[in-house]
Amino acid sequence: MQTTELTYLSAILEAEKEEMARDSRVILIGEDIALYSASGALGKLDPKRTWNAPISELGFSGMAIGAAITGLRPIVDLTIASFVYLACDQIINQAAKIRFMTGGQVRVPVVFRMSMWHGSSNAAQHSDRPYPMFMNVPGLKVIAPATPSDMKGMLKSAIRDDDPVIVFEDNDLWAKKEAVSTDPDFLVPLGKAAVRREGTDVTIVSVAGCLLHALPAAEQLAKEGTSAEVIDVRSLVPLDRATILASVAKTGRLVIADYAHRTAGAAAEIAASVAEEGFATLKAPIQRVTTPDVQIPFSPKLERPLYPNKDKIVAAARKIVH
Amino acid sequence: MTLQVDQRREAYRRMLSIRRFEEALPKRIAAGEILGSVHSSIGQEAALVGACMALRDDDYITGTHRSHGHPIAKGAKLAPLMAELMGRATGICKGRGGSMHLADASVGIIGESAIVGGGIPLATGAGLSAHVRGTDQVSLGFFGDGAANQGAFHECINMAAAWKLPVIFFCENNLYAVTTPARTTHGQPDVAKRAAGYAIPGVIVDGQELEAVYEATRTAVERARRGEGPSLIEAKTYRFDEHAIGIVMPLHYRAAEEVECYRRERDPLLLYRARLLEAGHGEAELGEIESTVERMVGEAVEFARKSPHPDPSSVYDYLYSNPIGYPA
Repeated sequence: MQTTELTYLSAILEAEKEEMARDSRVILIGEDIALYSASGALGKLDPKRTWNAPISELGFSGMAIGAAITGLRPIVDLTIASFVYLACDQIINQAAKIRFMTGGQVRVPVVFRMSMWHGSSNAAQHSDRPYPMFMNVPGLKVIAPATPSDMKGMLKSAIRDDDPVIVFEDNDLWAKKEAVSTDPDFLVPLGKAAVRREGTDVTIVSVAGCLLHALPAAEQLAKEGTSAEVIDVRSLVPLDRATILASVAKTGRLVIADYAHRTAGAAAEIAASVAEEGFATLKAPIQRVTTPDVQIPFSPKLERPLYPNKDKIVAAARKIVH
Repeated sequence: MTLQVDQRREAYRRMLSIRRFEEALPKRIAAGEILGSVHSSIGQEAALVGACMALRDDDYITGTHRSHGHPIAKGAKLAPLMAELMGRATGICKGRGGSMHLADASVGIIGESAIVGGGIPLATGAGLSAHVRGTDQVSLGFFGDGAANQGAFHECINMAAAWKLPVIFFCENNLYAVTTPARTTHGQPDVAKRAAGYAIPGVIVDGQELEAVYEATRTAVERARRGEGPSLIEAKTYRFDEHAIGIVMPLHYRAAEEVECYRRERDPLLLYRARLLEAGHGEAELGEIESTVERMVGEAVEFARKSPHPDPSSVYDYLYSNPIGYPA
């Protein structure tokens, strides 16, 4: 396999560039995106393929949905995840529902990209991790890739998918680099979790950038004699419950690391699924490592301690591994 | 008259189809065959049909919760619409849409939104799509006076104007958002005048006169097809029935005399029928259209009543185009 070293951020642009070259129906729309094409980051593009939109998230998100229904495959760049709320009526009431409501008369191949800017002193209106809200909306697919390779392969899969897909990007991961396939048809399927490290004593399920803390936590636990298996969910809808349940069946213990707020978060859904379907295999209570139910403050002294980190994941595992 | 002879007959047939289709509903509602909220377009037929007569079959439209008139005006078959109202498997939306969402994609409808203003971005996006794909299709978004106060209206009309998209923003101004008079909620009660804020043409038209609506829409469509951008059309019209069939509203929001006056003097069907007679269409010719429409509506009702209900196990169908392990 031919590869090239890519950061998580450049993997996004590579995926877009390749898919736009492959399929003339793919267009890009969003705020302040003119520079991507002007700087050559997306190659030389027909101006009809990039729409540098006014600050009208509801309007241009809905326009992308209308364009998707009528034959294009738009990628909407909502930039910061907290801005998605302005577009929610169109995403939830139109994109998620219109195929169902029309009895399958239309398809909605649209991608909504947004970056979660937590941990960088941007205060409450720029720091949300709102993926659980969208997990509660049937009709959407929701992904949160955690490596450059997955970002490229899953974003390409999302662009080729005929359903609306929301892509949550984690700004903690932007600078992370790895070798990524240069094959223009390199795809990572939606709906499949990845086992990042095998283990036998405890399963750590990681959502999005929590992988940065889950893997070092597993290292630390190994030094203490505890063998941790690390699963990167990658896709929240569809959620690969089978891979999680199989791992818990082996280890009997589960820690879930999730950047979202605690109540009704991704961790809550994963915990509920394991409690329902894997209860008999559990040797100890499920542990959630999440962001508490408080808004994100500006001061780094207040903000930084809120999120999941290596020490919290290790502590949660220690609590249930004896 | 500007419509050709056969187009006039077709326009009259479509207006009458909306009227008779909706007149058939109260009885079916009373019989328990149609559930949920049912909003009638009676009184607004000329606005709907006049606009659609200016469109090609492959042009796009979006509609609203008052959704029966749009597909019929665009030329849809009646039976799948009636079956949808009864929630049957043969319904145009397979029993998943109902009265507020009678979208028929086969006649270019890409959505009937019961979120007020929700269809406007879809219509604008369809215009963007036609522009990107290099076709000469246009997109027409129907919306009401209430929707003109939604952010979606202003955001999309601005983008369509900035990017010269082939979109016609078509306001069916029936003067009331449920019971709220537009005059009490619009800083500028003439919706069309808002076009000036976006440097596009804005036209007020008598929404009860079919050919006036047709003319205004044709001008906007031609402009859009030439690549000169969007237009805003405001058809002043009137809803003869209550907001929804069977709903009891406080009487004082509009005077009984006002309603009577519209029914008596401003009925779009009576007005157009008179115009047709003046233009030399005979009673026999119109009578034949009228009896055909009666028969078609009767057949649609019978088709719907005889159609099967959807199988409960099919409920997940159409949620996704590419289901991945769903349901879990």
